[in-house]
Amino acid sequence: MGEMKNVIELDRICFSYETGKPVLDNLTFALPKGEKLGLIGYNGSGKTTLMHIIMGLLKPSSGNIRLGGKAVETKKDFLEVRRRIGFLFQNADDQLFSPTVLEDVAFGPLNLGKSPKEARKMAMETLEQLNLLGFENRITHKLSGGEKKLVSLATVLVMQPDALLLDEPTTGLDEDARFRIEALLNSLEISILIVSHEYDFLARTARKIYSMKAGRIVFDGDASTLHAHLHRHPAAGYPHDHERSDFETDQE
Amino acid sequence: MLQETFSDGNSPIHRLDPRARIVMAALYAFIVALSNRFPALLVACAFSFVLVGVSRLPILELAKRIAVVNGFVLFVWLVVPVTYPGAHLFSMGPLTVSQEGVLVSARITLKSNAILLAFIALIATSSVATLGAALGRLGVPEKIVYLLLLNYRYIFVMEEEYHRLVRSTTVRGFQPSTTLHTYRTFAYLVGMLFVRASERAERVYMAMICRGFSGKFHSLQEFSFSGRDWIWLFCTSVVLLVIGGFEWVR
Repeated sequence: MGEMKNVIELDRICFSYETGKPVLDNLTFALPKGEKLGLIGYNGSGKTTLMHIIMGLLKPSSGNIRLGGKAVETKKDFLEVRRRIGFLFQNADDQLFSPTVLEDVAFGPLNLGKSPKEARKMAMETLEQLNLLGFENRITHKLSGGEKKLVSLATVLVMQPDALLLDEPTTGLDEDARFRIEALLNSLEISILIVSHEYDFLARTARKIYSMKAGRIVFDGDASTLHAHLHRHPAAGYPHDHERSDFETDQE
Repeated sequence: MLQETFSDGNSPIHRLDPRARIVMAALYAFIVALSNRFPALLVACAFSFVLVGVSRLPILELAKRIAVVNGFVLFVWLVVPVTYPGAHLFSMGPLTVSQEGVLVSARITLKSNAILLAFIALIATSSVATLGAALGRLGVPEKIVYLLLLNYRYIFVMEEEYHRLVRSTTVRGFQPSTTLHTYRTFAYLVGMLFVRASERAERVYMAMICRGFSGKFHSLQEFSFSGRDWIWLFCTSVVLLVIGGFEWVR
């Protein structure tokens, strides 16, 4: 694997919760710079676990994580990971904890040591970028579901990450909100890993699609190819039915 | 559920520095609560009315709040005059109303209304978010401030979760009654609410960590303490001295 081509690399990661069989079994995966990847899989297949391991919220039982080619091991290394990789939680109510939108968006920059004035400026710029001007003094819990999601994205993007990890970004959103998120993700020029159940959403936002199977990540194909034919997908409850058999090779 | 009915406005009180308002309200509440003589309490009530007048609050909403507190005061009037030992004033059947009892009830009425009105005018006129930040600037420990702010943020979420749980019992035909089944169901509801709250707390904390949180909260709010704030603080001090004079100078 190239030294600087990948934002994040996972090498033979194993993880299991206290009881039961391993959730991740020698999982190897890389998120290349500027690449938009989708990850699909059953409930409980370990997608969220994978993201939590990348962010250092869970500790793998074995395996290595590299950030920009550098091994991530200590707590301090993970501080750097969190600075460079933005993680959007599935539930916006978990992400937005401040009373007002502006304070929540400025939370990250303030943690990075910016002055209140700088943090405010960065927050306002990000809100503007997301067409959320006028939201700064809104009370976070009074926002609609779609607004909460967009503001959550703002709280992550304001930290100017190299990569975004999105955990089910469209859950519970209506069409309108979904389109806004979709357009926004497509306009970003950073690496993105999107975990979702929704095949159509992934096909419109990600370039390549992977799926989680038996604790590993399996390459499914280019979103364009996959979407060109009538697709059937395990995560949608159908048998796998792609044209080319070579899709099902481990991406190493 | 919780609505910041009074926090929007542009009255002279709304424009005051929240820190000045907190200091004024706190000092005032202490002095009034400690006062017992009627001239002092009447001055306090008059000052509270002035504050409410200046803050230009919607009368109807204000009346609703006052009605709630005076519901409790009504109970005081029902119980205290007939149970407080003291000089016989008059009798109603088997009950004897004492002079001291009536005076105590009157004091409670005046005090509670004076303090309540002042708090509505001074404290309820800023949002909880602003209040939290102002308390922080006044030196209240950070943990207490964030306890207040996070409680305020998540009480709505908890309410929603509670209603979701209640709905799920209702649609399955649950009707509360005085049975063991009812008690058990409510115990499960409350238990589940605690479980969810604790799980949510964990997720919120993880989300904060992912954005670089390391135990220290930083605030964006900036306050400016101006001449106007000094004038109001001075006026309040004068009123407090007058109240204190009526109360303690013989």
